[in-house]
Amino acid sequence: MADAPTAPLIHHADAPDRAAASGASRFEVFSYDDRIVRLFVVATIIWSFVGMLVGLLLAIQLPFPAFNLGEYLSFGRLRPLHTNAVIFAFAGNAIFAAIYYSTQRLCKARMFSDAMSKFHFWGWQGIIVAAAITLPLGITTSKEYAELEWPIDIAIAVVWVVFAVNFFGTLWKRREKHMYVALWFYIATIVTVAVLHIGNSLALPISLTKSYPIYKGVQDALVQWWYGHNAVAFFLTTPFLGLMYYFLPKAAERPVFSYRLSIVHFWSLVFIYIWAGPHHLNYTAVPEWAATLGMVFSVMLWMPSWGGMINGLFTLRGAWHKLRDSVVLKMFVVGITFYGMATFEGPMLSIKTVNALSHYTDWNIAHVHSGALGWNGFMTFGMIYWLVPKLWRQPLWSQKMATWHFWIGTVGILLYVLAMYASGVTQGLMWRAFDAAGRLVYPDFTETVVQVLPMYWVRMVGGCMYLAGVVLMMVNVWKTVRSAPKQLPDPAVAVPRAHAAPATA
Amino acid sequence: MFNRLIRANGRHRTIEGWPLVFTILTAGAILVGTVVEFAPIFLVGGATPALAGVHPPTPLELVGRDLYIAEGCNNCHSQMVRPFRQEEIRYGPYSRAGETVYETPHLWGSKRTGPDLARVGGKYPDLWHVRHMENPRSTSPASIMPKYAHMLRKPLRLDDLPGKMRGLRALGLPYTDAEIENAVALAQAQADSMAAGVVEQGGPDRLADKQIIAITAYLQSLRADWADVQTAADSPRLGAEAEEVAHATD
Repeated sequence: MADAPTAPLIHHADAPDRAAASGASRFEVFSYDDRIVRLFVVATIIWSFVGMLVGLLLAIQLPFPAFNLGEYLSFGRLRPLHTNAVIFAFAGNAIFAAIYYSTQRLCKARMFSDAMSKFHFWGWQGIIVAAAITLPLGITTSKEYAELEWPIDIAIAVVWVVFAVNFFGTLWKRREKHMYVALWFYIATIVTVAVLHIGNSLALPISLTKSYPIYKGVQDALVQWWYGHNAVAFFLTTPFLGLMYYFLPKAAERPVFSYRLSIVHFWSLVFIYIWAGPHHLNYTAVPEWAATLGMVFSVMLWMPSWGGMINGLFTLRGAWHKLRDSVVLKMFVVGITFYGMATFEGPMLSIKTVNALSHYTDWNIAHVHSGALGWNGFMTFGMIYWLVPKLWRQPLWSQKMATWHFWIGTVGILLYVLAMYASGVTQGLMWRAFDAAGRLVYPDFTETVVQVLPMYWVRMVGGCMYLAGVVLMMVNVWKTVRSAPKQLPDPAVAVPRAHAAPATA
Repeated sequence: MFNRLIRANGRHRTIEGWPLVFTILTAGAILVGTVVEFAPIFLVGGATPALAGVHPPTPLELVGRDLYIAEGCNNCHSQMVRPFRQEEIRYGPYSRAGETVYETPHLWGSKRTGPDLARVGGKYPDLWHVRHMENPRSTSPASIMPKYAHMLRKPLRLDDLPGKMRGLRALGLPYTDAEIENAVALAQAQADSMAAGVVEQGGPDRLADKQIIAITAYLQSLRADWADVQTAADSPRLGAEAEEVAHATD
């Protein structure tokens, strides 16, 4: 890896010559725990396939109801399995891989506790397996993205707290004085997800598999969408911005575009996001002021979101030619572009006049998939293609195959979202269509269903292509790992003791 | 002043060396919006009165509601009619806060792959729901809804009703001691009478102890019992309220 121009914010964690370090007491030698990162990367890849395969089955079930394969595999029970698998299993393991890899390097310290890292990994996989068993059995709270019942909720809280202790412990024993911007986003993620999860999951258990939330009616709806919207913010946005801030400059070998912009957009994003939840409840029975406040803050959110996009894309200034040869950068650029599109679209959808048309339609499905497949998916793939050769010390098996993944995935997601935009707008317009006499033009709801079925087929094809890209990645990584050296010792690092600034605060 | 904060080696740079301070500031940033939005709702929340006629679900309806949750019906059906003329005509009077005070969890939904169900109660006879759940295509030929034929076979579970109702009472639902003690008998009586009605309508026999009766009871309970309001659909000339509604859609 060639040396990047030095910038105050980019830390080069490359180990100095080990020979020079050995025996010299002026140096402190330690190692990074890369084994845990490898585990999270493998889990990310496996769960991406599972989560998206369930998504594909759902996409088939809509135009072909016969594919509802009995009680346990019907749409209503599988949909939460799909969302949980993609958000918490695929994106979750991806952000843990990113955090465990980059935090150690940014802090110049091994994770605080290897035991906690392992507990975090296996605990999280256990939670996912529990979700995959309970949801098809119909054990669910019905609260979107928080469907898991109370024993699993408690397990999530425990694992998250262990993760937090492990992370903040690493910050505590860091050897770098200043925290790089990626770490700010990780801090916001860990703190806020804990608050959201606990706040939204408070419930009265009736039995091991059943509970009722302590909130009712309007309160329950507001708490749910405070959680639901900010799960998007602090599970699918802030950790991925942290990922972007670490891995994009690394892959582009360029410093981040603007330090000032990173400060301004971090604090405004974190402050404003939390207010935006009630835009999910426009025109519902919640108080008018709450929905309006949610809408206003959602519109304001556009700017800090684009601050992140600009800081990402402009980091590539003078390096755009590198895209030609780097599948990692291609992935990142599409990911960040989708982030920009989705974070323009979100504020627009929150505006009441637009929301009146778009709410309850497939437009929302397009929106969340441009976020989850476009932004989270492509950022994760870029990270994986960058990490795998480093973690397994083996060049990627096939660059060509990775490039195919990029193109097939990009065309797939475009087909997916375009089909769902068409479907969503069609539904919204048909539901509200009046004839000259003031009667509904389509009083029979199923007319509006039949009309969008062709779009469901296009979505199915798009989803299939995206999943095919993931399969290419699985093969590519499998082949790479199989030819990797048998022994993969943790990378050792030596830092001069003089550099070892004591952690303050 | 702001520049002093964000410039290279400015004040923010100092905070970047203090993880604890940084974390506290971050927590503060997310708590401001949380407190401002929730404080009023929770302070006056208990004051939202139930509309006259709104009552907690009967024991059988409660079983049905929990089946609705277990099957994930809320993934495709909303229960929240918005105050638009087209929605009032299609579904019925728009949903009020005062009719959701006993809903835990709320089931407003976020997607209408199928129609809204907030006003489906009374729209069809019980037998229609039995047939529709058994095979949606038998009543709505173009429907893409999954079959729920297993609900005609699977037994109703009533024994946990008193425990559930005690829990819900602790959360504020006004169930009486008598209702809780007799929950199973009450549910059974409602199920028997509904099952007899289904037979009368020409439907299958022996459904009284099956899940289908509970889900039907729940779906039939979704109605504006409280409503003495004129809807856009009822009124040849839009009332003041409906007019306001019509404006909202412009």
